[in-house]
Amino acid sequence: MNFDLTDEQKMIYKMIREFAEEEVAPGAEQRDKEKRFPVEMFKKLGDLGLMGLPFPEEYGGGGADTVSFAIVVEELSRACGSAGITYSAHISLGGAPINMFGTEEQKQKYLTPICTGESLGAFGLTEPNAGSDAGGTETTAIHQEGEWVINGSKCFITNASYAKNLALTAVTDRKDGEKEITAFITSTEAPGFKVIDNYEKLGLNSSNTTELIMEDVRVPEENMLGKRGNGFRQFLMTLDGGRIGIGAMGVGIAQAAYEKALSYAQERKQFGKPLSKFQATQFKLADMAMKIELARTMVYKAAWLKDQGRKFAKEASMAKLYASEICMEVCTQAIQIHGGYGYMKDYHVERYYRDGRLLEIGEGTSEVQRMVIARELGC
Amino acid sequence: MNIYVILKRTFDTEEKIVIENGKISEDGVEFIINPYDEYAVEEAIKLRDEHGGEVTVVTVGEEESDKQLRTALAMGADKSVLIDDEDVEDGDQFSTAKILAAYFEDKEVDIIIGGNVAIDGASGQVGPRLAELLDIPHVTTITKLEIDGTNVKIERDVEGDVEVIETSLPVLVTAQQGLNEPRYPSLPGIMKAKKKPLEELEIDDLDLDEDEVEGKTRTLEVYLPPEKQAGKVLEGELDDQVKELVSLLRSEAKVI
Repeated sequence: MNFDLTDEQKMIYKMIREFAEEEVAPGAEQRDKEKRFPVEMFKKLGDLGLMGLPFPEEYGGGGADTVSFAIVVEELSRACGSAGITYSAHISLGGAPINMFGTEEQKQKYLTPICTGESLGAFGLTEPNAGSDAGGTETTAIHQEGEWVINGSKCFITNASYAKNLALTAVTDRKDGEKEITAFITSTEAPGFKVIDNYEKLGLNSSNTTELIMEDVRVPEENMLGKRGNGFRQFLMTLDGGRIGIGAMGVGIAQAAYEKALSYAQERKQFGKPLSKFQATQFKLADMAMKIELARTMVYKAAWLKDQGRKFAKEASMAKLYASEICMEVCTQAIQIHGGYGYMKDYHVERYYRDGRLLEIGEGTSEVQRMVIARELGC
Repeated sequence: MNIYVILKRTFDTEEKIVIENGKISEDGVEFIINPYDEYAVEEAIKLRDEHGGEVTVVTVGEEESDKQLRTALAMGADKSVLIDDEDVEDGDQFSTAKILAAYFEDKEVDIIIGGNVAIDGASGQVGPRLAELLDIPHVTTITKLEIDGTNVKIERDVEGDVEVIETSLPVLVTAQQGLNEPRYPSLPGIMKAKKKPLEELEIDDLDLDEDEVEGKTRTLEVYLPPEKQAGKVLEGELDDQVKELVSLLRSEAKVI
């Protein structure tokens, strides 16, 4: 057993913590209000080589491991949840499927710009009638004259306004009532491809969430990602990795809320002493710190298993489920400790609360995580 | 150019100082590159990128200083040297300067850059002492550095004013805040740092005797500054407050 981070992981932690505190945290509240996506921040992350963190160096990646990825997502999320989700989706939904299932040519062409940060990574899976039940996919791809013609729509797609290409799933055939789902790498600039960015969200306001409309979008044959009919399996594998990212986000946002609550409790005086001297507050803070520590340990374990090339689906689901649920518990208590001030925007905790709520839904709801875990248990 | 940086591992600025048995406890403390030395590393990398050559980062300290050297390598330095001073008794600025002088004795040096002070001991002595021992000029607290051939133009901070100095290579300078903005180590930098050379030397390797470099200063006592007392807020009519203040200054604070 060894709970120490490696020297590289420690250096990455130090670097991203400093970066997040100096470059990400300062404008977070303002960006949330203005719903502004910070393009320049991701340019800087690209300059630092972080946009391709876990991918091979031959495609411009950093060759770092999943634990390092979790560290970066946690630290970005601690500073700004929107930055965390953008980065996590970029790597684990945008880059990872191309890295896992792409051909050499596809990686050269589509993974490289993701690694440099020239294009953000995105993944078109969810549809208006296909959320937890991806079998409801209605987008179709029909083979015509050596090309695939795609029609349909996707919803809640992160980063697509800033992605030059993205992988999306479509029904390529129906056999005995079963849908054959296949993934394609599609240019967002292709004729007939529309990216609409006008959702009004509860939180994560400075992240980019879009709707995709495809009308006779033509995709060349060589842009099929992975094997025909494997789209469903591939996206399940993609989501396994993504869950580590969402778990790390939960830890980061919870950590931020806990730190704000602790320092407020130490300063705020009522009935002649700081809140932190009241047992009611102490118990809350102790529970918060404990839950965060446990969630982080679980996220690291899932990441470590992945790095060892072992099975990690169950642990990734546990990490995502636990971290996202304790994130909400911690944010609720952080607001409670702040009292009326916690309800006000200037104290940040209300933003953490709004941002954190997505984590119990995105990349598999808490209910779906429990289904995944139960399935792994043999139920 | 042969560019050298002298660097020290110090307490993280956010750490709380705890004294145990008359010594500052290092239990569970985070260590960092002395912040002023970070300016030195940054300036060295910029000089190398502009003029070519190589940046070597040298530290005198405990074995664990390799972490800080690796960080400097991750930022972009080319090579590093750790001189272990574990065997030196009561090492002080004299010891460090003497050890460094022995290291530099057979080196071709164009410039040595250090921090203005280390934030722990804050003596600011090692740089100037080393320059004296090497018999090269030194300029402290610099905020701007321009090198043209062997001509060196420097701006230095003199208690808020600027002094412009011209000198020539080889030279030793110490960095003041404002000299530059140290870069973050990049991810490729971090991944490559382990493959860059980190030479570890003992005092013996420099033909030095432990006695020769034994510290010249003695620590008599280590104590924390007294805790801040809560202030006193005067109340009542303004005239009465003034009278009370004067009397307190006279009787309690005894400053008038």
